[in-house]
Amino acid sequence: MSAPPPSNDAAPPGAAVLLIISVVSAFLAIMGAGLTSDPIFRLQAETFALACVLAAFALNAGLSSGTLLHHPDRYSDGVIKAGVIATLFWAAAGLLVGVVIAAQLSWPRIFYFPELGFLNFGRLRPLHTSAVIFAFGGNALIATSFWVVQRTCKAKLAGGIAPWFVFWGYQLFIVMAATGYLMGATSGKEYSEPEWYTDLWLTIVWVAYLLVFLGTIWKRKEPHIYVANWFYLAMIVTIALLHLVNNAAVPVGLLNHKSYGVFSGVQDALVQWWYGHNAVGFFLTAGFLAMMYYFVPKRVERPVFSYRLSIVHFWALIFIYIWAGPHHLHYTALPQWAQTLGMTFSIMLWMPSWGGMINGLMTLSGAWDKLRTDPVVRMMVVSIAFYGMSTFEGPVMSIRAVNALSHYTDWTIGHVHSGALGWVGFISFGAIYCLVPWLWKKKEMYSNTLIEWHFWIATTGILLYIAAMWVSGIMEGLMWREYTPQGFLAYSFIETVSAKHIENIIRTVGGLMYLSGALIMIVNVWRTILMPSEAVSEQTPAPLATAIA
Amino acid sequence: MSVWKHHAKFERHSLLLIIGILVVVSIGGLVEIAPLFWLQSTIEKVDGMRPYTPLELAGRDIYLREGCYLCHSQMIRPLRDEVERYGHYSLAAESMYDHPFQWGSKRTGPDLARVGGKYSDSWHRDHLVDPRSVVPESVMPPYKFLAEKELDYRDIAEKMKAQHTVGVPYTADEIANAKKDLEAQADPSRRTQWACGPVTGPRWSTATSTAIPTRSPRWMRPSPICRCSAPWSTSSPTRLRPRRTSDERAHL
Repeated sequence: MSAPPPSNDAAPPGAAVLLIISVVSAFLAIMGAGLTSDPIFRLQAETFALACVLAAFALNAGLSSGTLLHHPDRYSDGVIKAGVIATLFWAAAGLLVGVVIAAQLSWPRIFYFPELGFLNFGRLRPLHTSAVIFAFGGNALIATSFWVVQRTCKAKLAGGIAPWFVFWGYQLFIVMAATGYLMGATSGKEYSEPEWYTDLWLTIVWVAYLLVFLGTIWKRKEPHIYVANWFYLAMIVTIALLHLVNNAAVPVGLLNHKSYGVFSGVQDALVQWWYGHNAVGFFLTAGFLAMMYYFVPKRVERPVFSYRLSIVHFWALIFIYIWAGPHHLHYTALPQWAQTLGMTFSIMLWMPSWGGMINGLMTLSGAWDKLRTDPVVRMMVVSIAFYGMSTFEGPVMSIRAVNALSHYTDWTIGHVHSGALGWVGFISFGAIYCLVPWLWKKKEMYSNTLIEWHFWIATTGILLYIAAMWVSGIMEGLMWREYTPQGFLAYSFIETVSAKHIENIIRTVGGLMYLSGALIMIVNVWRTILMPSEAVSEQTPAPLATAIA
Repeated sequence: MSVWKHHAKFERHSLLLIIGILVVVSIGGLVEIAPLFWLQSTIEKVDGMRPYTPLELAGRDIYLREGCYLCHSQMIRPLRDEVERYGHYSLAAESMYDHPFQWGSKRTGPDLARVGGKYSDSWHRDHLVDPRSVVPESVMPPYKFLAEKELDYRDIAEKMKAQHTVGVPYTADEIANAKKDLEAQADPSRRTQWACGPVTGPRWSTATSTAIPTRSPRWMRPSPICRCSAPWSTSSPTRLRPRRTSDERAHL
């Protein structure tokens, strides 16, 4: 099970190998940049080469100076600290882009720049969705999963240098994807926009992530695998499956950024929404439920409400979620039997979703007073409440008759944001508010008042956002289908656009408030890190098996 | 022994847990997606569907690159108001050569499945350069840079080869002459010939027969690939016409 313990001042296993791989990759990327005639591919290859060179320098410096150390008897907390910082950085970046594109729809004459085409809505929108889902959400998932799996298995992260490879490799994936979008490199499939070489890179990083996670589970000193780790594992495995199938593509050339997906038309549509809906189901739900199953009981110091409910919740959720994709394709050219299956399972999905919500909320039994005293608990509880609300709204919108009205409208955007800002955002913020004092060995966060401010500003922002989108979405849906008594369509399309102006502004303000809350959090975390540490030096990682989940 | 105790096997063996997860998450996808590849009824039979010409393919790549699909759908649902606003509802066959599909999920702007031929070329040019110069309330981004930048089509033949690899039936002849055909179709002096109507030309002429589905409703003419709105707006009864000045206004 465990390797012979190296001496305390050894370098992490695999560091030298990674150094060699970095140098070789840098060489290959420079070759690619030199040989290609495709300007986008050249810039992307240069970005990759630069990252490899930086990695090689950092590894070389760490190895030669002896500062890159491996403590086999201590938890790997450095990579989690980096993950927390990256999560907050990408949260600010992704939310900022969201506010910008909301402003573009509110004030197109001000926020579009005819000379700067790369700042158009169509290029920034994938930047926004990828930055918040994959950069902010993904980093939150990787950081918290590394914490949870170590503490619940009482084992150090497996793989020596591999966790750091996962962390930096994932950041490189984000940078490659984001700069690619701005230059116009996109596969044209929503939430799956990175081009083929970026997809390949993510596959390598993701497999390394799976192996680190599994390897740590294999080293565990607890007989049972804790429930949070089931959810993380389901997330990692299923996202790998979705990613590989949905991004199957043939590149135009090995030195060309462009590729064409292997599926077309109706089959591509269903593969895409099988991917798209389960990116929500596994990335944004299962992974964050894992956070709920660890951080909520930990913070309120109560056991999970029901062990049996968590078993039912887990298997029912992952079984049913995978069927729900076709509800994105109601009334389209997708065969109706598939639409009906998708709708049926979407409605059934309500049950496991609420089972999970109940399991999370009822964990507070006997500790409800903490809602009043601890703003972090309040944030996590409100997050679970938003989870319950959007997993109720989702099944409603998946009903064909409702979908006839809601599809193609802002209602969908509002629904997504109640889940993303309310559930995903708040549970991540709650987990980070827990993690920061633990990681940096502080008694508590710098300021509870700032957490209160964060909570109230962000909650008000979400409510403004989703209320505005309900109004504008239902309004435009009704306007599109409105007839005059004489039997003519009542409104031209552009009238439905201008009717949403006020709601668009309210949405922008709501988003700006949510961003402000995140910035307050960043200040708070920064001040916490700068606070004097408790007894032990913060440089020393925690010894193994002190914390008990 | 209760069923809950059996669950301990999954909790104690990570590989068993992974196998369990993979089996459970595979069922839904297999049942829903796999049949679409072999059920004949998934894509209705339509005669005369042809792949995109090289110039159309290059244009479609720009549509993808600029993220147009994030605000415009290309999927008209069979609902009364949509059919009246945008034209006949979309058929699966119409996107059978679309790698990837571009049905879209949001209508911040109107559906574009049958917008071809609805407006004049000069309207489109003005609208793309500065949308608010022709539609003051529009929230669409300006695409002035498209007018200023030459199309880079050096790799158009490779693109058609890649399309062929993923199943689009381009012939070797079409791929070999990709650049020539692209230039010919872009030639302004031959614009009328290459306009949205039947495409004529040495290589593409065979595919220009009007596409009539086997069920042959009269709305299916001419070719669905040309995505013209004309047949539907002209053939629809007057009382179903939008109230406002013209079809153009209703579609905006």
